[in-house]
Amino acid sequence: MNYTWNWGIFLEPSPEGAGSYADMLLSGLAWTVVTALCSWAIAFTLGSVVGVMRTLPSRTANAIGAAYVEGFRNVPLLVQMFLWYFVLPELLPARLGAAVKQMPDAPFYTAVLCLGFFTAARVAEQVRAGIRALPRGQAQAGLALGLTWAQTYRAVLLPNAYRIILPPLTSEFLNNLKNTSVALTIGLLELTARARSMQEFSFQVFEAFTAATLLYVALNLVVIAGATLLERRVAVPGGR
Amino acid sequence: MRLKAALLLTALAAAACSPAHAQDLTGKDLTGTLKKVREARAITIGHRDASVPFSYLDGNQKPVGYAYEICLKVAEAVKAHLKLDTLEVRLNPVTSATRIPLIANGTIDLECGSTTNNADRQRQAAFTNTHFLTATRFVAKREKGLDKTDHLKGRTVVSTSGTTNIRQINEINTARGLGMRILPAKDHAEAFLMVETGRADAFVMDDVLLAALVAGSKTPDAYAISSEAQSRPEPYGIMLRKDDPAFKAVVDAATAALYKSPEGTALYEKWFTQAIPPRGINLKLPMSEAMRKVLANPSDSPDPAAY
Repeated sequence: MNYTWNWGIFLEPSPEGAGSYADMLLSGLAWTVVTALCSWAIAFTLGSVVGVMRTLPSRTANAIGAAYVEGFRNVPLLVQMFLWYFVLPELLPARLGAAVKQMPDAPFYTAVLCLGFFTAARVAEQVRAGIRALPRGQAQAGLALGLTWAQTYRAVLLPNAYRIILPPLTSEFLNNLKNTSVALTIGLLELTARARSMQEFSFQVFEAFTAATLLYVALNLVVIAGATLLERRVAVPGGR
Repeated sequence: MRLKAALLLTALAAAACSPAHAQDLTGKDLTGTLKKVREARAITIGHRDASVPFSYLDGNQKPVGYAYEICLKVAEAVKAHLKLDTLEVRLNPVTSATRIPLIANGTIDLECGSTTNNADRQRQAAFTNTHFLTATRFVAKREKGLDKTDHLKGRTVVSTSGTTNIRQINEINTARGLGMRILPAKDHAEAFLMVETGRADAFVMDDVLLAALVAGSKTPDAYAISSEAQSRPEPYGIMLRKDDPAFKAVVDAATAALYKSPEGTALYEKWFTQAIPPRGINLKLPMSEAMRKVLANPSDSPDPAAY
């Protein structure tokens, strides 16, 4: 392999004028983290609602939940990204559509919405599985105590279900974090996009992508450590 | 008399030896890419999929383009140099992210596209003679009569965010006090749309990209690209593996011969001033003075000042 390694490249100034290549990658990392956290907030909230809907006795609620999950789970993420970014503004009233297109940081907001709605479908399936994993007696006991359906879910079912699905939910969080890289196709300057522009400017392809890989791995390890701590803290004493 | 004969003999021997050495048929003295090509009896061309008109796929998914045709000529020259009866030309698609690794690890031997030759990149790859010069210019509606940088005074100008072009126009704006309102657009298509809809007076970008946008628009005749450039020319070159002077010498000689011949000019005219596949658009980008010069005196310099 005829390749000139240059690990010092990260300290060299980037041609964009502001700081070094390392600063460029770190600014990408910051966008990755912010995008992942914001979209996870949407994914978790919406996913819980949809997941609960799929376990309710109501047929309508079930149908809506199932339609949501199948819609967002079966369309490729890349296509969804393009739909949100290019098609949605055209469907809005002309004035509003133009305002959306002119909005500063539009790729960021689009990516957050898109990832949030996409990951919500996956979270919903986890939540449904968690609730279904509980013995039927729990819901019946709650209702027998005079709790409403809402109270039963809030006080009995969901706290147990979330504890069960915490490990797969961590995986979903990591997936969501890595999926932020798809947003580079709509112009979000996140970590992968920055690594790509770094190799474009410097031609140090392997250094750029090695650094990006290590940053992703480090970030994921932090998330896993956090999830393990959380799991320990919320564990029910004497529970499984 | 004897001395003269001895000298003559030496000269003859030298003349006989040197070409024999360079055109070694056994492949023993060949090194690097030439050796690899001779042994495999194949040369691999890396091409792009959408770099119009340099290297892209036509309606039949076959690579075509200005740089691609140059590479085919280079392959012929390599075949002649190695005195091969047949030389298979293999094709390998590349992207901007894969071209360097694929050149470095030997998957492709020539990268034919629109790769800018600059000093930073020279550390990683070698470039043969420049086949195109691009520069920052602007496009505006023809009826507005904007042609020089100074005409943009007080105008609304758009460029694509994150490009070097928007940085250049910002610098010019500050340095010359032109008072332009510079808007960033998210991509080239949107920036062009702003000129089309009249929300901006001019779009500042690489001239060859502007020509492609104009050619693909609904009314190509309604637009004009400025004659004055807003940057120094940026050379595009065919990329080769670095530290392989023998192969580079063959490629340099082949491209120099092609560019200097009428064929070089004809090739330029075919791809930049005539209808090209797949939709028959015409870039209408006549050869600039700098381009004429670089074809007459081929150069592989990465320095914009050399052009």
